Amino acid sequence: MSEYAIEMLHITKRFPGIIANDDVTIQLRKGEIHALLGENGAGKSTLMSVLFGLYQAEEGVIKKDGKEVKITDPNVANDLGIGMVHQHFKLVQCFSVLDNIILGVETTKNGFLQKDEARKKVMALSDKYGLSVDPDALIEDITVGMQQRTEILKMLYRDNEVLIFDEPTAVLTPQEIDELMIIMKSLAAEGKSILFISHKLNEIMTVADRCSVLRRGKYIGTVDIKGTTQEELSRMMVGRDVQLVAEKAEAQPGEVILEVNNMTVASKAHHNNAVKNVSFKVRAGEIVCIAGIDGNGQTELVYGLTGLEPLASGSIKLCGKEISKDTIRQRSDKMSHIPEDRHKHGLVLDYSLEYNMVLQRYWQPEFVSGLGFLKRGPIRQYAERLIEEFDVRSGQGPITIARSMSGGNQQKAIIARELDKDPKLLVAVQPTRGLDVGAIENIHSQIIAHRDKGNAVLLVSLELEEVMNVSDRILVMYEGEIVGEVDPKKTTTEELGLYMAGAKREKVTA
Amino acid sequence: MNEKKSILKNEGFQAILAALICIVVGLLVGFIVLLIINPAGAWDAIVAIMQNFMTRSSGPARLKNLGNTLVKTSPLLMCALSINFCYKVGLFNIGAAGQYVAGAGMCLYAGLAWKLPWFMCVILAIVAGGLFGTIVGFLKAYCNVNEVISGIMLNWIGLYLVNMLLSGVKEPSSPYTLKLSSVNPGGILPSLGMGAFFAKNKYVTIAIPLSVIIAVVVWVVLNKTKFGYELRATGFNKEAAKYAGMNEKKNIILTLMIGGILAGLGASFFYLSAIEEWSVTQSSVPAMGFNGIAATFLGGLNPIGTIFSSFFIQHITLGGSEIDMSVYPSQISDLISAIIIYLCGFVLFFKLVMNKSGSGKGGHKK
Repeated sequence: MSEYAIEMLHITKRFPGIIANDDVTIQLRKGEIHALLGENGAGKSTLMSVLFGLYQAEEGVIKKDGKEVKITDPNVANDLGIGMVHQHFKLVQCFSVLDNIILGVETTKNGFLQKDEARKKVMALSDKYGLSVDPDALIEDITVGMQQRTEILKMLYRDNEVLIFDEPTAVLTPQEIDELMIIMKSLAAEGKSILFISHKLNEIMTVADRCSVLRRGKYIGTVDIKGTTQEELSRMMVGRDVQLVAEKAEAQPGEVILEVNNMTVASKAHHNNAVKNVSFKVRAGEIVCIAGIDGNGQTELVYGLTGLEPLASGSIKLCGKEISKDTIRQRSDKMSHIPEDRHKHGLVLDYSLEYNMVLQRYWQPEFVSGLGFLKRGPIRQYAERLIEEFDVRSGQGPITIARSMSGGNQQKAIIARELDKDPKLLVAVQPTRGLDVGAIENIHSQIIAHRDKGNAVLLVSLELEEVMNVSDRILVMYEGEIVGEVDPKKTTTEELGLYMAGAKREKVTA
Repeated sequence: MNEKKSILKNEGFQAILAALICIVVGLLVGFIVLLIINPAGAWDAIVAIMQNFMTRSSGPARLKNLGNTLVKTSPLLMCALSINFCYKVGLFNIGAAGQYVAGAGMCLYAGLAWKLPWFMCVILAIVAGGLFGTIVGFLKAYCNVNEVISGIMLNWIGLYLVNMLLSGVKEPSSPYTLKLSSVNPGGILPSLGMGAFFAKNKYVTIAIPLSVIIAVVVWVVLNKTKFGYELRATGFNKEAAKYAGMNEKKNIILTLMIGGILAGLGASFFYLSAIEEWSVTQSSVPAMGFNGIAATFLGGLNPIGTIFSSFFIQHITLGGSEIDMSVYPSQISDLISAIIIYLCGFVLFFKLVMNKSGSGKGGHKK
């Protein structure tokens, strides 16, 4: 028997205009947690897709338990016991959690589904690993965090031996991340082999045994976690020294830009109010962060602010003008919105990059003639300028179809588009979700620069590190209410955690 | 990057190749059916289908029959454009058949009962078709009723309404409506001398060039204008369209209204050329709207491609009537053209196969 559960040897995979993997070799030992580290677009997702049978590599071999295998599609991968939690979930929106978990491996009797057994198994797994889900809720109604737990359960339900986690912590709360780390360790202790794709150095340091690093499609090396440091890993990943903490000057709060009074927003999923009677202000020149565990009303708060959902009651004033009855387009004049879900809201994936770049501007005279014709030239030039300024990398430049771009570059494109509008108020929801340290550093400094130009920023984030690093003021949301306001310089993550868990609350009138 | 692969990946090339494969497969299956029924005449029959007007011996007769094929192409093209337009916005306008019926009823009634000039008849056909489309759009936008369900139901409502309406203007001794040429010659679309070119084919009218021009306009609107940008964005991802401040409800209603207008206009192109009358006893929705679906897919979901696919479908349909009826039962012509049209719907399937077979080299990257 081989020492390795999976070996990927000298894998090369090309796409039009780009070599996604260039002679990459990784070897996954049995029972180890092997981290795969790399910037966005470094080729991690592609490599995993090759392993999972979604793509075929042009060169190289894959070995399972020392024997060469051909993985032609995900079914073959499944038969080999390889399971994957994708970065972008592969769930049927209108199916229940349970139905999604058993999809493809349903137990049937005389052609009828036997869901009771499946339900028992799922609930047992869910209890065992603390992956709490409501098996009967529809996917479209539950939070991103719960969707991910469904994906993990899906993999566990299939008794897979090799588990691929593609950036699993990107949307989890700190507590959930800790739990996931414990789950991963116990899975490895049971003999499962885990490939953990991440660019969060602290998580890799906590959980992984070894780490392989990719940079721009090339294999850089594999190191033992015990003998390395975060600094060394980040240098291997980015190719230069990286500033891990955002540098920013003291905030200079000016006049009130956004004033929210007694805002209530109904929840689509649970037939109650997701945002309850919330009031707060954001001033020019400050970054106010809404912190909280996923699913405590942050999404609905942003929907209410940006006009994606109507308010049940309350008022919103932007630059002194009441906007709660305005359309999305009217609001977008002074407000930019970096959405939580870049695939659902942020991009038209089947449009080219240039068409996506003008998604919030295409109606302006700069891009459309009096007769209603789009102006090709100006759109192209505009897109090229943003691509240049924000370093958006893609296979074919402005004409690249957005779907074919890496997640990080898709996000950069959205940020470029939204920041270039130079809004008085920037609403940024999870702007660095799924991005690597290099890109995070870049986005954080851009958000801070936007603040320093005298604009207001409302940042919604689930990542405590980001909350503590970037914000000037933190508002904590719990069950649809703002339960605390803290100063990031005077608080600790422990105190924040207490607010986020609802164990501590105070009256907030900010 | 592999240059050879990129040709196979080229959208236009793929669409044309897939359409050609469908045509060949359709003809092959049709040929096999002919062989089964009567092997002796099969070859002659399939040749007749493919030749259509070329089976005629004299030049003028050929031209005249080509004219007939073109007269029937223009309404099919309009129905196909209606479906194509809506499809780009993510809506499946199966109601085009009913919008066509509404247009037919309105323009015939206006021409026969009110004796209005042709352009008024055309405008009324547009209004009727547009109204039918708008009803579907309204139900979709505000009540979330699936456009396929409401479209199909409206098809039947439209059929019987029109049968009822046109009963007032039919021949006393037959189920057919009065002849436009005898009741109201001014209701017939002008020919502008084109009829003379097609060996004095009096059915050839401005409908033919107009429908081609409209196809080009539809392509331009979809691909070059702000309106088309919004509609296609809504079709691809309506959440993103909403996020970008586009008015989704308005766009859905507008889209189906335009779909209805195109189908209604197609009906006026057909019935105001006076090539056929309406039978008020018919109990099935005219196939024009449904064949439009086949023409749309065969045309690669491209308005320009649809011009050619519509012509092809009418070409083989009329070719079917050239089959020797002493060898085959009279239904055979419809059967064979139906088989070929049916297989035209497989264009997307062949495209998928092409993408799959090439995915090892150049599939989409996430």
